[in-house]
Amino acid sequence: MTIQGGIGSATKRREDVRFLRGKGTYTDDINRPGQAYVVFLRSQVAHGHIKAIDCSAAENMDGVIKIFTSADIKAAGLGGIPCGWQITDRHGEPMKEPAHPILADGKVRHVGDPIVAVVAESVREARAAVDAISIDIEELEAVVDMNAAIQGAAQIHDEAADNICYDWEFGDADATNEAFAQAHHITKIDLVNNRLVPNAMEPRCAIGEYDDSTERYTLHTTSQNPHVIRLLMGAFVLNIPEHRLRVFAPDVGGGFGSKIYHYAEEAFVTWASSQVGCPVKWTADRTEAFLTDAHGRDHRSLAEVAMDAEGRFLAMRFDTLANMGAYLSTFAPCIPTWLHATLLAGQYTTAAIHCRVRAVFTNTTPVDAYRGAGRPEATYLLERMINKAALEMGMDQVEIRRKNFIKPDQFPYQTPVALVYDTGNYDQTLDKVLEMANYDGFEARRAEAASRGKLRGLGLSCYIEACGIAPSSLVGALGARAGLYEAATIRVNPTGSVSVFTGSHSHGQGHETTFAQVVADRLGIDYNNIEIIHGDTDRVPFGMGTYGSRSLAVGGTAIVNAVDKVIAKGKKIAAHLLEVDEDDIIFEDGAFKAQGTDKSKAFGEIALAAYVPHQYPLDEVEPGLEETAFYDPKNFTFPAGSYLCEVEVDPETGVTEIVGFWAADDFGEIVNPMIVEGQVHGGLAQGLGQAMLEQAVYDDKGQLLTASYMDYAMPRAADLPNFEVETCVTACTHNPLGVKGCGEAGAIGSPPAFVNAVMNALSDYGIEHLDMPLTPEKIWNAIQTNKRPIAAE
Amino acid sequence: MYQFEFGKPTNLEDAKGMLAQEGSQALSGGQTLIPTLKQRLAAPEKLIDLKSIEELRGISAEGTHLCIGATMRHVEVETSDVVLNAIPALADLAAHIGDAQVRRRGTLGGSVANNDPAACYPSAVLALDAQVHTSKRVIPADEFFAGLFMTALEEGEIITRIDFKIPEKAKYMKFPHPASRYAMTGVFVAKHADHVRVAYTGANENGVTRHAGLEEALMADFSPAGVANVEVSSDGLMSDIHASATYRANLIKVMTKRAVEALV
Repeated sequence: MTIQGGIGSATKRREDVRFLRGKGTYTDDINRPGQAYVVFLRSQVAHGHIKAIDCSAAENMDGVIKIFTSADIKAAGLGGIPCGWQITDRHGEPMKEPAHPILADGKVRHVGDPIVAVVAESVREARAAVDAISIDIEELEAVVDMNAAIQGAAQIHDEAADNICYDWEFGDADATNEAFAQAHHITKIDLVNNRLVPNAMEPRCAIGEYDDSTERYTLHTTSQNPHVIRLLMGAFVLNIPEHRLRVFAPDVGGGFGSKIYHYAEEAFVTWASSQVGCPVKWTADRTEAFLTDAHGRDHRSLAEVAMDAEGRFLAMRFDTLANMGAYLSTFAPCIPTWLHATLLAGQYTTAAIHCRVRAVFTNTTPVDAYRGAGRPEATYLLERMINKAALEMGMDQVEIRRKNFIKPDQFPYQTPVALVYDTGNYDQTLDKVLEMANYDGFEARRAEAASRGKLRGLGLSCYIEACGIAPSSLVGALGARAGLYEAATIRVNPTGSVSVFTGSHSHGQGHETTFAQVVADRLGIDYNNIEIIHGDTDRVPFGMGTYGSRSLAVGGTAIVNAVDKVIAKGKKIAAHLLEVDEDDIIFEDGAFKAQGTDKSKAFGEIALAAYVPHQYPLDEVEPGLEETAFYDPKNFTFPAGSYLCEVEVDPETGVTEIVGFWAADDFGEIVNPMIVEGQVHGGLAQGLGQAMLEQAVYDDKGQLLTASYMDYAMPRAADLPNFEVETCVTACTHNPLGVKGCGEAGAIGSPPAFVNAVMNALSDYGIEHLDMPLTPEKIWNAIQTNKRPIAAE
Repeated sequence: MYQFEFGKPTNLEDAKGMLAQEGSQALSGGQTLIPTLKQRLAAPEKLIDLKSIEELRGISAEGTHLCIGATMRHVEVETSDVVLNAIPALADLAAHIGDAQVRRRGTLGGSVANNDPAACYPSAVLALDAQVHTSKRVIPADEFFAGLFMTALEEGEIITRIDFKIPEKAKYMKFPHPASRYAMTGVFVAKHADHVRVAYTGANENGVTRHAGLEEALMADFSPAGVANVEVSSDGLMSDIHASATYRANLIKVMTKRAVEALV
């Protein structure tokens, strides 16, 4: 039976009622009585020794409450900002893990590094005091280029020689080299995955509050995972036990990964509130967001594929430099390794794969996971390399992929890079997208465009991603310093309404709707009788949060498991009330029914009985109806799909217009198709933004030249086509909902589809590759330097 | 933002008096000035808001000229029937400045007085051989712009209105900057009865500039083919992370050609 507001229904997002009316409560909307404000004095140079800090002129200024430097932090014995993942390098040594102080200690390492914190009664007064502080910095040579960094252009951290955090490898090098030695043809490609600034609509914000009567701290913060922040900040930085620390992340206006991490400002406001005796608030301005939110991507890679005479992939080899920035952000070390190298099998049967990754410190903002996190980088390497290989082998971009696909009967499929894909059907999504795009009609469209002087190109990309990173035993072995399960509590209230407490966090994903649909469907009750509560460590039992497209597959499964416990208990109660054996009770359509009879009890009747236990099996069952489940997945989930992008390039200006974009995704079962489509649209916009427009640019001295929207180009609606999005379903085999995850797919699959399309459009010019973003100037320059007659002329 | 005093004169005489005071700064639509203040890159002691001065408002077409008050907002120019009838290219230019929010705040006079090298309006002022009326005098367009963010305006001098010469036909072709949506290169082509003017913005190191070579070529042959043989030099053009001088030179030529294509 399909429940209204149940699984499969395109229910409108209930959270939008408040968001669209301006009634959301974001962290900056929260103001605590008597709160003070902190403004950070940040380094304006990328690398330097702090020789002196003189706050004397600022200390007595109007409104200034207290000024803090690293000396205060050290005197209080606070820890540095911890890293949540340890990589072991190719020699078995742990990665270099330099200290990351809350306030710069003796040295600054990137523009925006906080040096002094001024707490004042108003932001204006704090800013005025910041202006009155004088800092003497002896500037050191800065390095922003990874190749220069590994040649020791500057020494950023004493312990990291040549600025290398780790030199890591994965896969069977011998088998790979052997296959390369026997190859019919080898295709090589050098690729840059451009650095991105996350640009969540809501800048980060944090309010720390200490209550000296209870000795309890509260941190209101813009976080994707408040329990993780409580754990990291409480245990490693401020030494506050969990029962004395509440972390509350209310409505959060977008994260894309950038709000996973524990940031210095959160630790500072929490601690400072106990030092100054009032709540302390910090809200980033947009410039601070550009300079201090962890950036994304920034890889340089050499990729090679060895093929036999028929174009079968025998082996692949990758050598990647991954920029860490100036310090290790929370999950930075695992992004280019375990979330990247393990995805390099893609949708293909390549037998041997080897990947080397060197993580490099530079005098730039830290880099960490950003929508896709390692998987877009892997997909870009594969899908660009494969198109180049197809050209070199004289094969069609569809043909070469299909020839190498893992076939439906090969699942579960063990890749040579550790992952076991449980299910998938790559031919199905490819067939679907070819049909959607009228692939066969392309040559006619290209000819028509040529008659208008335009270069038309069609680019394919077949991606795979791994969502819901798990199980904890595996990630622990790989260096994670946390588990990756999820928790949920189902509280059935006395009148039968349901409060769901989830450790997942919604910051745009629509969990309040989707999760309620899951519960409505499972319990057979009205969707409107279910509320979803998240984001508060005082209310939700525990949680690992939302990232890596894990919320439904992992958080949703925890909810389902807790619901199943509720149903199990309900059966015991019903059996007693109906005077039948527990085994004879079935639960369907929202009622507990005695099999073979017409006797039943509605869900609400059982709830009431549990809280008013007048006639109740108190000997066997406790009163109340509330259950908690922790769920640790058996495996990742593996969404996959095929994307086609069609472009027209104007050779006179290099301007590229996306004239069509078709996406065929397999996300497993779908709870809310409208939300899924929205997630795909958003992901595509972000991926195409990376491919066409976005680029964080530093100058040689480490100044971020693209530190505002005057210079950092974000995609706008007018830059994008009407996306055509469809789905195919192979259900995930190891979670009860059969779901996989959809949040990152668009951002993973679309960049290579776009670049392949442009390269296809430029093929008559003999242009083999251009690095993202493919700006008009870059394309125009390539046309100028490779000018040769268009075949049609 | 630093603290400042705020004055809101309702007539030109009062405004002139207020602006004569040390440390005062005129405020019109504020689309450049307010962000500059918010970033604490400027600290005027007094802001003098010109938007309540009736003499600075209004749009009319009088014979050979279209006259637009200095504080007319872009959206008012964009949607004015008078402008649409007299110089549709100017309405079209206004319609593509910034975004809807900017167009509902920003003003003609503010844009022209600021003379941002990538602003759209200065190209129209130059190509439409405009007369810039101020609180003191009338300045011909060719004498008004004086390099990046520099104009012939003296301290405390206020633009009151701009009279644009109504051309036979005109077209503004803009290549928007991918991030800011200012003109990375914008070309205003105006065919007047006795001459052609081509002014480009967003490209020259000195801000808005006329292009003699393109003007001559189009006076000889007002057609896309007329543009084809003109060499547009990259000397003196801006080069930055978004576009090289060479690329901007190409854009000047292509945008000019496309403007002419739209007119023939």
